Amino acid sequence: MVTKKSYSWGNYPKTDSKYYEFEFDDHSSIFKKNTIPHGNGRSYGDSCVSENIVDVKKHNHFLSFDKNSGLLKVQSGVLLSEILEIIIRHGWFLKVVPGTKFITLGGAIASDIHGKNHHLDGCFSECVNWFTLLLPSGVKIKCSRKENQELFYSTCGGMGLTGYITEAEIQLKKINSVSINQKIIKTKNLKETFNVFESMNQDSYSVAWIDCLSKGNAKGRSLIISGEFDDDGDLDYSPKKRINIPFNFPSLVLNPISVRLFNWLYYHKVFKKITYNKIKLDDFFFPLDSIRNWNRMYGKNGFTQYQFVLPKKESYEGLKEILSEIASSGKGSFLAVLKLYGVENKNYLSFPLEGYSLALDFKIEKGIFELLNTLDKIVMKYNGRIYLSKDVRVTKRVFEKGYPQIEKFREIRKKYKLDSAFSSLQSKRVGI
Amino acid sequence: MTLRFLHYNLKELEFKNKTILILGGNSDVGRSLAKDFAKLGSNLILTTRELGKLDSFCSDLEIRNDISCSSAFFDVLDFNSHEAFYQNLKTTPDIVISCIGYLDNNKNSEQNFEEALKSIQTNFTGLVQILNIISNDFETRKSGVIVGISSVAGDKGRASNYIYGSSKAAFTSYLSGLRGRLSSSGVLVITVKPGYIKTKMTSHLKLPKILTSSPDKVSKDIINAIRKKKSIIYTMWLWRWIMLIVKAIPSSFFRKVLS
Repeated sequence: MVTKKSYSWGNYPKTDSKYYEFEFDDHSSIFKKNTIPHGNGRSYGDSCVSENIVDVKKHNHFLSFDKNSGLLKVQSGVLLSEILEIIIRHGWFLKVVPGTKFITLGGAIASDIHGKNHHLDGCFSECVNWFTLLLPSGVKIKCSRKENQELFYSTCGGMGLTGYITEAEIQLKKINSVSINQKIIKTKNLKETFNVFESMNQDSYSVAWIDCLSKGNAKGRSLIISGEFDDDGDLDYSPKKRINIPFNFPSLVLNPISVRLFNWLYYHKVFKKITYNKIKLDDFFFPLDSIRNWNRMYGKNGFTQYQFVLPKKESYEGLKEILSEIASSGKGSFLAVLKLYGVENKNYLSFPLEGYSLALDFKIEKGIFELLNTLDKIVMKYNGRIYLSKDVRVTKRVFEKGYPQIEKFREIRKKYKLDSAFSSLQSKRVGI
Repeated sequence: MTLRFLHYNLKELEFKNKTILILGGNSDVGRSLAKDFAKLGSNLILTTRELGKLDSFCSDLEIRNDISCSSAFFDVLDFNSHEAFYQNLKTTPDIVISCIGYLDNNKNSEQNFEEALKSIQTNFTGLVQILNIISNDFETRKSGVIVGISSVAGDKGRASNYIYGSSKAAFTSYLSGLRGRLSSSGVLVITVKPGYIKTKMTSHLKLPKILTSSPDKVSKDIINAIRKKKSIIYTMWLWRWIMLIVKAIPSSFFRKVLS
C-alpha cells in the first residue's frame, strides 16, 4: 500500500488516496470500504478516484487468441493498445474503440465505452461474450447475457462499482487493411450538420468536430468526418512514436482568444466542401494519442469534459439552446465533438441513447461550474443525460433524471453487498 | 546504417526458434528472462513446483510473441526425478539457465541442520544432478549453453550468510570445472554472479540501492553474456571490483571490519 495523489485524466480533483495492488489469491486488502478498481486512469473525472484505489493494471496477460474465429480472451488490465498491436497483423480489429487506445479492457467494460460506429455497432459490451467478476464474498463468477445476467447488465457501464472484472472474452472484427478511407464534409450550420449526419447513417464510422463559438447563421458549423476501412490487404501495423508534453502549460495558454482562433483555423483550414483521403487507422481513431499527456495543455488546475446526449427528436432544439449558451459565455471548448448515436442497449448505466451527443472540454476556471449547471438544466429539459466517465461535478438530481434504471442498479449493489466495498468520489456525489 | 541494421538482424536471429529451458521459471529473474527471450523469438520451457501459477504467464508470452511457451513440473530436491524430467521434455533445449536458489536464514542454519541442508541441496547438490544430466547430453550433441546463477556470496564467506555462501561457492566451482570439461565440445558454460537483486527472495531484506540490481537488468546481462560468449559475469559490474577488493583484504581485517 502506498499513499499518493490520485490521478484521473482531467487532473481534477486532486486528493490523496491509498493505492493497493490487486492480488488474485490474497483478497484481504481489496474489499475495504470506499474502494474503486483502477485501470489506466483515463476517465476524465472522479469516477476512478476514491479513498482506496486498487490497481488492476498489472493483471495484463493474454489468455487465448483464436486467429481463425477472432475470439480473444485476456485479463482485464490489458490495454486496448496492446491488443491492437497483436491482433491487427492477423487481420482483426476491435469492434468498438474509443478516442484513445490507452485504456484497459476492464475500463472499456466498466465505462461501456463507444466510438465512431455507435450508430451501427453499439457500445463495447456488444463484443463482450462474457467476463468473470470477483465479488466481495471472494467468489469469482462468470457473467454473460445468459449467466448472472443482472451482474452483466450492471457491470457493463457500471463504473467499477460492481466488483473486479478479472478476465473477459471478446469477439473481434475482421479487417483487411490498416488504412481508412476518410471523407470530410464541411457544413455551414447546425441544420446542415444534422442533415449530413443523418444521410451518413450507413457509413461505418462517423463523427463531427463542431465550432462551438460560432454565432448567428453559422451556429453549429462543423466538419463531419466519416470513414471506411480500406481493403488493400496491408496489415503491417506499427504504432506511431508519440510526442510528449513534459509539463503543465501555464493556464493562460488556453484563453478565450486562443480558443476562438483555434476553432476558426480548424474550420477554415479545410477548403473544399468535401475532401477525401486515406489515412492510417491510428490517425483516424486516436488522433490525440500521438501527443502523450495532452491533458497538461490545460494547466495545473486541470480540466473537465462535459458530455451529454439528447434524444433524437429533441436534439436539434436542445443543441441550439446549448450552443447559444456556450457562445454567449465565451468559454469555448477547444475540442467539441458531435456524434449521432444508435439505439440504447440494456445495460443499466450505459450512456448512449439514440440521439445526438456533444462532448466539450473546459479548463477548470472561475465561472465554469456555473455555466455547466446552466447546461445541466437544458439537458434535463430535453430529457438528456450526462456521461459519467467524463463527469466530475454533476448533481444527484440531474444524474437520476438521466438514468431511470438507477434503482435496479442500486438493488443489485445491495444484493451482492457491493455497496459495502465499492464507491468512488463520483458514486458518493450522485448517490449510486 | 545498413551495416548496423544487418548486425541488429543477426543479433535477433541468434535466439529465434531456439528452445530455452529455465529452471526456476517462476522466480523473478526467471520471468524476466522468459519475457526477454520470448521477444527475441525463442521458445520456452519454464520449470516450477507450482504448475498452475505460470499458465497465464505462458499464454501471454505465446500470444504476444508468436512463440511456444510451456511450463513443466520440476523439484530440484527430488534428485531421483531429474533423469525422467529431462527425458520427458518435448523438445531438447539449446540453452539451459538455472535460476534456482534458496536463501536460508543463517542463524537458523547454525542451529538447525535441516535448514542448512535445504540451502546446500537447493543451491548445489540438486543442481549438480540436473546439470550433469544436461551436460552429458550437450556434450554428445556438441552444442548448447548452460548458464548457472551463482552469487557474489560464494566469493568469500561472511559470518552473516556463510551457509548460503558456501553452497554458492561450491556451485561456482562446479560451473568452472564444467566449463573446462565442455569447452572442447563447443558447449558454453556461463557463471553469473549477481550482487543484490530486488526479488521475492530478498523482499524481507533492506538492500543498499546503489548495489541492488533488478531482475530485468540481470536478464539483459545474461543475454549479453551468451551473445558475447563470456565465462563469468558479475551483475551489476560494480560487484566485480568490490569482490576483487574484498578478496584481497587480509582475513583478519575482514573479520573485524566487514563481517
